[in-house]
Amino acid sequence: MDMFEDVIINIRKLSFSRGDRAIFRDLDIRIPRGKVTAIMGPSGTGKTTLLKLIGGQLLPDSGRIELDGANIPTLSRKDLFEVRARLGMLFQSGALFTDMSVFENVAFPLRVHTDLPEEMIRDIVLMKLQAVGLRGARALMPSELSGGMARRVALARAIALDPHLVMYDEPFTGQDPIAMGVLVNLIRRLNQALGHTSIIVSHDIKETLGIADYVYLVSDGSVIAHGTPDDLAQVESEQVRQFMQGLPDGPVPFHYPADDYRAELMKGS
Amino acid sequence: MLDQIQALGRYGLTRLGAIGRSGQLLMHALVARPQPVKMFPLLIKQIYFVGVLSLIIILVSGLFIGMVLGLQGYTILVDYGSEQAVGQMVALSLVRELAPVVAALLFAGRAGSALTAEIGLMKATEQLSSLEMIGVDPYRQIIAPRFWAGFICLPILAAIFAIVGVWGGSLISVDWLGIYEGSFWANMQHSVDFYDDILNGLIKAVAFGFVVTWVAVFQGYDCVPTSEGISQATTRTVVYASLWVLGLDFILTALMFGDL
Amino acid sequence: MRTKVMEISVGGFMLAGILALILLALNVSGLTVSDSAGSYRVTARFENIGGLAPRAKVTLSGVQIGQVRSIHIDERMLMAVVEMDINASADYLSRDSSAQILTAGLLGEQYIGIIPGADDEMLKDGDMIENTQSALVLENLVSKFLFNKVSE
Repeated sequence: MDMFEDVIINIRKLSFSRGDRAIFRDLDIRIPRGKVTAIMGPSGTGKTTLLKLIGGQLLPDSGRIELDGANIPTLSRKDLFEVRARLGMLFQSGALFTDMSVFENVAFPLRVHTDLPEEMIRDIVLMKLQAVGLRGARALMPSELSGGMARRVALARAIALDPHLVMYDEPFTGQDPIAMGVLVNLIRRLNQALGHTSIIVSHDIKETLGIADYVYLVSDGSVIAHGTPDDLAQVESEQVRQFMQGLPDGPVPFHYPADDYRAELMKGS
Repeated sequence: MLDQIQALGRYGLTRLGAIGRSGQLLMHALVARPQPVKMFPLLIKQIYFVGVLSLIIILVSGLFIGMVLGLQGYTILVDYGSEQAVGQMVALSLVRELAPVVAALLFAGRAGSALTAEIGLMKATEQLSSLEMIGVDPYRQIIAPRFWAGFICLPILAAIFAIVGVWGGSLISVDWLGIYEGSFWANMQHSVDFYDDILNGLIKAVAFGFVVTWVAVFQGYDCVPTSEGISQATTRTVVYASLWVLGLDFILTALMFGDL
Repeated sequence: MRTKVMEISVGGFMLAGILALILLALNVSGLTVSDSAGSYRVTARFENIGGLAPRAKVTLSGVQIGQVRSIHIDERMLMAVVEMDINASADYLSRDSSAQILTAGLLGEQYIGIIPGADDEMLKDGDMIENTQSALVLENLVSKFLFNKVSE
């Protein structure tokens, strides 16, 4: 596949566990440069954990996470912070700094990582806010924004430094259809306009498939299927079909593991 | 029985882990790459929140405690005909004990709990993670300025507490109970020593400021990021910080005034 | 604008702290800036100093003119030696002045009272006051009083 000639992130044999529970077992994922890659799977499969591993906020038990050839888990704290300056991340909640205005939120990465003069910072911030359509809201405080607007401001902040890689953590969850449409368009458009690599972690199938170039389906700690959205529609595996078509019960059980229902009821108290 | 031993062991290990993490936090906040120029505006802001906003409660409680000391001291000392000594009693108890200790307790309740809740909420709303991902060390951006602000503010608050308390005491004993003003101040000045009493009191305040902010910041940073976790962490801040202050006060008093 | 208010109030807060410290130093502890620069030192030997302590007042007619610097034992004569710093402005004390240890009130602190003599020469730095009267010790007084009663 020509898409994988230029790989920005190469995850090999990644294992990670929380307590006794293994989240990932020998996970292999490659992210092509300049494309939109989606990582999908049922909730609780550690998709957000994967982003934190890529960002170096968590350390894996074993395996390599190579970003442009540098192995993230072995970087020193100082190098890690330098790498992160080239990453953008959109958190599920937006995670705006509540004590700063919208303008200051977007200006924050510029202020800490560059020594640009104030007028330049102002111009850049206004450009980024214009891109997400919130230039007029620059004086508002985060508490005055709706959820969708907050996420757009967070997106403007994530791209403030023109990162090589932007990671989206569940960007569509909890959004009304209009806000969702706006976000989908925005992610697609920004990716094309700025030429960065995007990773979207999500379980909103329709929206994500609409903009993804390549999809990884993760379940039970490993990749169960990967390919372009069209490829995935052809996969016969029951597990994949259940997820892609949103069936309530199947190989991914509806019930959390429990004792036999009847036996437990009969047992009484 | 075996289960209990196991539980005890696990409890001990969690405690030990918490101690280790708090030490790590302290190390990072104090040692890791300090940047005075970038930190200055942040520090100003935190001093405002931690110090200036605590001023009212410190002024009011200082005044009342000074007045109560004047009143109590007078009623006790008048039996021995030594009511002139009320000045020295008020000043010594304030400067040595009450100003640093009560200011620290109020500080733990007013500023410490706010610090914990703020940092805890930042953690819960992923603001700390977000800082890390932007490539900014939260220790430097969030923890260090708050830590230094607490460290700077408590001695100032304690000094203000003491002076307001002495003034309150003089208000009661001189203006109300009619003790001769000259002997009130002269007795006080005679028995209070600048180095032994006032500086030692300030050293106490510095130590308390250190401990209270350390506890507050750590509890916020280490809390479980849920609403329940934050409320528990806030409670823990007030309880632990108060206990630390009182325990440390005993040790410091024994070292400073106990001729050990 | 908001930051300006914040900065000014923080500045005021720091100033208030420094002011409080200065007030504590000057008004509460009576710290004098000129320590021993404007004073001269004299000593006096007492049989018993009672509860006299360093930093106690030295007065003339009840007005403070200096303070006690240190107290130690003269090992040859086995008596207490009190060193005092007298303000340089109090240069009118004659060489035959006497010193006595007095008590302020029944339970008050003890201090030194100087009674001037009639000599033409004045006390200088390093001089010793020969004529002293020791502190009154309550127990001694009481026992004296009792024994006098018994012997009558």
